[in-house]
Amino acid sequence: MKSNSHFSNSPFGKQKANKDKANSLKNLLPPLPLFILQPLLNHIVSSVAKKHPELFNRLGDSANKVFLIDPSDLPLFLILQPNPLNPTLKAYNQNEIIEHDTYICGTFATLMQMIDAQSDSDALFFNREIRVSGDSEAMVALRNALDDMEGSLAKDVAKSFGVLSKPVLLAMQKFSKNSGKENG
Amino acid sequence: MDKEQKPELICPAGTPASLRTAVDGGADAIYCGFVGPTNARNFPGLNFSLDEMAKSVLYAHDRGAKLLCAINSFPTAGRTDIWKKAIDDAISIGVDAVIIADIGMADYMSKKHTNARIHLSVQAGASSAESINFYCERFDIKRVVLPRILTVAEIKKVHDAIDCEIEAFIFGNIGMMAEGRCSLTNYVTGLSTNMDGVCSPANFVHYEEDENRNLTTRLGEFAIDCIGCGQNAGYPTICKGRYNATHRKGYYAFEEPISLNLTHLLPDLIDAGVTALKIEGRQRSKAYIKSVVSSFRSAIDAFAKGETPDISDLLALTEGHKQTEGAFLSKKWR
Repeated sequence: MKSNSHFSNSPFGKQKANKDKANSLKNLLPPLPLFILQPLLNHIVSSVAKKHPELFNRLGDSANKVFLIDPSDLPLFLILQPNPLNPTLKAYNQNEIIEHDTYICGTFATLMQMIDAQSDSDALFFNREIRVSGDSEAMVALRNALDDMEGSLAKDVAKSFGVLSKPVLLAMQKFSKNSGKENG
Repeated sequence: MDKEQKPELICPAGTPASLRTAVDGGADAIYCGFVGPTNARNFPGLNFSLDEMAKSVLYAHDRGAKLLCAINSFPTAGRTDIWKKAIDDAISIGVDAVIIADIGMADYMSKKHTNARIHLSVQAGASSAESINFYCERFDIKRVVLPRILTVAEIKKVHDAIDCEIEAFIFGNIGMMAEGRCSLTNYVTGLSTNMDGVCSPANFVHYEEDENRNLTTRLGEFAIDCIGCGQNAGYPTICKGRYNATHRKGYYAFEEPISLNLTHLLPDLIDAGVTALKIEGRQRSKAYIKSVVSSFRSAIDAFAKGETPDISDLLALTEGHKQTEGAFLSKKWR
């Protein structure tokens, strides 16, 4: 994975991100068994890539960047590499050292609302509900690429589970709702 | 306001999905631009390919809406072919009007596409009746988008003395630049808001937040704002930055992070003769488009029925959580 030269000076660099994690209440939680989560993430990224190939055109050169997505109320990081030939979304436990180009942080509920076009990302930034650092060009390109996706990402992902789509969607909505409550 | 006076609602779109959201939300017309430097929102991942624009024209027309193509930046020497091709492409796919800023491109379009409709962009900075009438006479301009520097009373005077329609901004980002010629970003990054279509290019923007959640915003090598924990942030533009001067520390030398909101002036604007009410924000998300478009659709319809709408919830979408009626209400608005 790459690290951005500007990013190495950012207080949101990997050391800072992990320090924040260590200081947070969520650190009281035990490490998640990520081997259970990973197949789900693989499924999400492959189904989105299949349904929305136009997303990669909007990303342009930013498709080669590494995005660290930090749900602030969960004891994990997500690393997105939206390479059109092999897009990946991987989970890491919070104490792992992760190099990246772009960092975005918010509660799980906030991040889901933003991805699903339920909340305006600029307004979330103005209100300080999301934090960003690193390669801003890649961040803006990803935001615009995701925003051009029609419909709901959560519903699309749930739908891809076939007969399990309804319980999967309900579980995601419940989790997102609880995340929002816990963080005001 | 009676039904005959009901103005058009003009909404922004940075992507095809946003355009569909605006159409479905009740926009009368949507403005958008091609990928590249020919429009004033040349941001990463934003804007339309020719194929996307053509499909969007069909989508809008099938639902009774119009599509206005913004080709509203200023070509520099040796690059005019890019802008001319954009104009030819827009006409070839049946857009309802092209929003033009550059006088040379207005001349090109008026000669090559004699039946096509030209709207004069806010970027042209035409604010007097004489200036606007010159464009009307020479290039057959059908509509002018007025700079955000006129009071409602002045708009009325302009309206009574010109030969084309008036479009006025009612909501969104606002800046104190002379519309059409902002050199601040150019000074720091080498890229121009009005010639490259990009204000504060994203690859020059860096955010740094310390352990106490104090946020520093940088453009290139310059820190342009330091925002305390819990304070609202704004766009990373030089005109919205805070600066130290010999007489004053940390003040907004040009403009505060703030958004234009003319909800309460809508009846006055319409009485002044404004034909079309414009929302800023092609760089914003579908969520913004959906909220703002539906709110102003309801407001315009309510005013038409003699009712007073409540759209106070739009404050959540404003930059820095602050709004203003700007120069439309008073020249001393700062």
